[in-house]
Amino acid sequence: MASVPRFWRGIGSRYNLEGTRCNECGEYFYPPRNFCVNCRRVGHIEPYKFKGTGEIISYTVIHTAAEGFEDQTPYILAIIELDEGPRLTSQVIGNPEKIHIGMRVRSVFRKLGEDGEGGMIYYGTKFVPENE
Amino acid sequence: MRDVAIIGVKNTKFGELWGRSLRDIVVEAGAGALEDADVGGREIDSLYVGNMSGGRFIDQEHIGALIADYSGLSKNLHVPATRVEAACASGGLALRQAIMAVASGYNDIVIAAGAEKMTDVGSEEASSALAAAADREWEGMTGATFPGLYAMIARLHMHRYGTTSEQLAEVAVKNHKNGSLNPIAQYKNRITVKDVLNSIMVADPLHIFDCSPITDGASAVVLAPADIAHKYTDTPIYIRATAQASDTIALHDRRDITTLDATVMAAKRAYSMAKLRPEDIDLAEVHDCFTIAEICAIEDLGFAEKGKGGIVTANGETAIGSRIPVNTSGGLKACGHPVGATGIKQAVEIVTQLRGEAGQRQVEGAEYGMTHNVGGSGATAVVHIFSRER
Ligand SMILES: [Zn+2]
Repeated sequence: MASVPRFWRGIGSRYNLEGTRCNECGEYFYPPRNFCVNCRRVGHIEPYKFKGTGEIISYTVIHTAAEGFEDQTPYILAIIELDEGPRLTSQVIGNPEKIHIGMRVRSVFRKLGEDGEGGMIYYGTKFVPENE
Repeated sequence: MRDVAIIGVKNTKFGELWGRSLRDIVVEAGAGALEDADVGGREIDSLYVGNMSGGRFIDQEHIGALIADYSGLSKNLHVPATRVEAACASGGLALRQAIMAVASGYNDIVIAAGAEKMTDVGSEEASSALAAAADREWEGMTGATFPGLYAMIARLHMHRYGTTSEQLAEVAVKNHKNGSLNPIAQYKNRITVKDVLNSIMVADPLHIFDCSPITDGASAVVLAPADIAHKYTDTPIYIRATAQASDTIALHDRRDITTLDATVMAAKRAYSMAKLRPEDIDLAEVHDCFTIAEICAIEDLGFAEKGKGGIVTANGETAIGSRIPVNTSGGLKACGHPVGATGIKQAVEIVTQLRGEAGQRQVEGAEYGMTHNVGGSGATAVVHIFSRER
């Protein structure tokens, strides 16, 4: 799925929910961007650590897994809007019956997946219902 | 710019072509299109080929050269061949490159082909290759799959507009019915709404019958300047517009998860270029990689009001013989979706329809047809408009 360096490059962002912010226009970016899509060349990007709270915009329950996620089915995948504005795709840990659009969630540090048996194990951010 | 016409078309059979290689099927499509156009090899100025992922499906890159070689266009003729990649929109983009080559005056006779051989790998490997059309680092790494991304589009569409699973299923039912009338289609069996709803859940709310299959196939068209098209055929079909637009690669970054802005923008550019409105279009081949994709497409292309795509489909307005027939070929769902070929196959279907040669699935009196080809979850959209009269 991915080489060690490729995963390692994103560790700061994946482990700590670190993104970026443009101090020219004020927009927050997660996943991080090093180039502001609004200001383009005149933008000034700086690191920003997100609070980790937000709400579910849409979701699905995956029954046929992506490669490396086979032992996790069924798992909830969602698009989450962080309170600072940006959206991201993440797994949500919880009861598929109770999940709903508009649900408040917060980030937690978890294992994401692995490259087959004996392969790399990926860690990063998942989300849980806010009051859990 | 010069007006451009399509003077020859050919699709191979679509399906699981285990006994055949990519080069076999491309040669069949290419030679068939040239025969249809009555064009000889010496007349060909260039070749564009849409192919999404030869490197992963058949472990072969340099597809442009491969195809030129096995089509007999390399030896002696040395025809320039270029591979074009934009995930599942590769074929549509290859056609667009070919149109621009002729319109600009750089080339006269150009072949646009598309091909994918997807069954040489297992279905897991194929899914993984397809997932590479999304944002691998920020979608794929979280366990996202293509059905999963489109499922999230579907979920929000249902939440916001009241679209139902039954309405999604109606897309598949219609496209299988159309596919049953298409000799090249992968699936010729008719299905019911119940069949769709009872099929395995892949990514809630999408069942396996909401998804397009893994397919092998190739398609080709031959282009010429409109001024000389009649030298080759009595029924040239004219390109009225070619338009393309981009959006964010990740679904989560879109302005609106239920609208493919790249489609909206490409359609707007195409209508403007052709000086036509959605009401003028007689039929369309749209990108139904999943049933929800067709519902979004007919909304984004202006054939249904936003949010009404499900109702319009369930009402039968997109069936052959109705207001705006959509995916008369059977679409990606039933005709099959050899990813790099799809955009060209759509053009072949529209040309066949505008020529009046579509047999049992003929849309009577069709004057204007549209193709709509999407890459990934909507990061690339390509729209073409074709006409029977110049
Ligand atoms: Zn900025």
